[in-house]
Amino acid sequence: MSSIRIFFVGGLTSYRALFGWLSPWILIPTFCVAPLFQILLFAYIGRTTHLESDKFYVVGNALQYASLPCLFAMAQTIDGERYQKTLSVILATPAPRLPLFLGRSLPVIANGILVSAFAFTVGALLLGVHVPTGSLGSLALVIAVTAFACTGLGLVNAAVGLRFRDTAVSSNLFFGFLLVFCGVNVPLHNLPGWMSTLAQGVPLTHGIEAARKLADGSSLGDVRRLVAAEAFIGLIYATVGYGCIRLMERVSRQRAALEVA
Amino acid sequence: MNAVRIVLVGFVLHLKMLSRSAFTGILGVIWPLFFATTAFFMFRTRHDPSALLYASLGASVMGIWSATSVTASSAIQRQRWEGTLEPIVATPAHFSLVQLPIAIAMSTIGIYSMASTLLWGRLLFGIHLRMVHPLLFCLAVPVTIVSIGMLGFLLSVTVVRYRTAWALGNALEYPIWLVCGFLVPLSLFPGWVRPISWALAPTWGVRAIREAALGGSPLWDVAACAALGLGYGVIGALLVGTVLRSARARATLSLT
Repeated sequence: MSSIRIFFVGGLTSYRALFGWLSPWILIPTFCVAPLFQILLFAYIGRTTHLESDKFYVVGNALQYASLPCLFAMAQTIDGERYQKTLSVILATPAPRLPLFLGRSLPVIANGILVSAFAFTVGALLLGVHVPTGSLGSLALVIAVTAFACTGLGLVNAAVGLRFRDTAVSSNLFFGFLLVFCGVNVPLHNLPGWMSTLAQGVPLTHGIEAARKLADGSSLGDVRRLVAAEAFIGLIYATVGYGCIRLMERVSRQRAALEVA
Repeated sequence: MNAVRIVLVGFVLHLKMLSRSAFTGILGVIWPLFFATTAFFMFRTRHDPSALLYASLGASVMGIWSATSVTASSAIQRQRWEGTLEPIVATPAHFSLVQLPIAIAMSTIGIYSMASTLLWGRLLFGIHLRMVHPLLFCLAVPVTIVSIGMLGFLLSVTVVRYRTAWALGNALEYPIWLVCGFLVPLSLFPGWVRPISWALAPTWGVRAIREAALGGSPLWDVAACAALGLGYGVIGALLVGTVLRSARARATLSLT
């Protein structure tokens, strides 16, 4: 019972504290303006290079922006606590770590879904991209699975935050890595072989591919393997991330480096 | 003479400080490379070496704006956190003489990104940087850097009353990349976008750099870029007086 309370109440409280500073003056530029302009930037480069259609860039960049809150907010759950001087207090409590950390990821996934759905909807309207109405429900599911997978990577990033001070740098590096490797703007067959191979084991790749097929009219059944692969990859990253957090927590305690990492 | 000394010493001091920051140093170099790499892969499909060089030159200027936009918009807020804003405002030196070198130091940091993008394109994508007018190229680059710094200065004083200005600076990164034609020809945009592009110094800066490298007459572009940069500086200096007077009168300088 206590674990369930920590998972839901702790997660929600942490999210509210994390985004206590998130006034509309930050929310609108970060989660609304930036993704739309990223879509427009690559759609126009695509028009210049005649590489792919606008739909390709709307789907790719909208889904990739799900990773923004997932990476930054998960890292901030560690870095933010350190900044507020509450990290050592939290880690000194006997609270079970699984609900403590995973509870914090649930609101972040919801945040990722909303950002991605907004970018997808408004990006499609701005560029006149048509998506079959029947695919919208399935697309929402793919966005949710992709946000979950990115939050798994976010947990790894949070673990990095236990040992390195500047998580803004690591979050940006992960975000940029996903942009280049996951077929967001360049079809995987146009990337070098080692990059497209590496992309198969990274969140986003299968989610984006599934979303593109759905946007072209495929059914959920047609892309079920891609969705399952995305969910599986997310699960692996979440497990590795949680394991890394526990490991880094132990190392930080041994070296008395919780506050000074 | 005193004003020149303030600007020069401030510039060197802030250049040193920014060079030691992981966020502006390491990330400032690597972040634009992600976008440059993506753009190179996209342009490479055209199998046209001149298209790749076009992209490489545009992508190299992206880093200068990236280094400026977020840091310049949050420059005053950072001084608030550090507790140095009030003492700086209270000094007899004009505030713009203190703020201007900070913004130019920020855009100068972008030269690391510019060099690394050109080198990245050369080593990984085989993009040969050939220059038709090397001297004009060497003129166009510093003029572009200073003008972008001036735009950063104007941005920093415009958002002096905006507590979360860094978010605005962050959101302005892509729009400037887009409308200034760093990677997309302006002719592709709707007609109403072009006057906005013409009012922005980076548009002329990147055009001057491209024409100096690929051939053309970049002098007019250099002049337009410098004139706009000077205009931003004058507007910023005039605006800073009004903004600071208002903040002093309302006791809202610290925004607490």
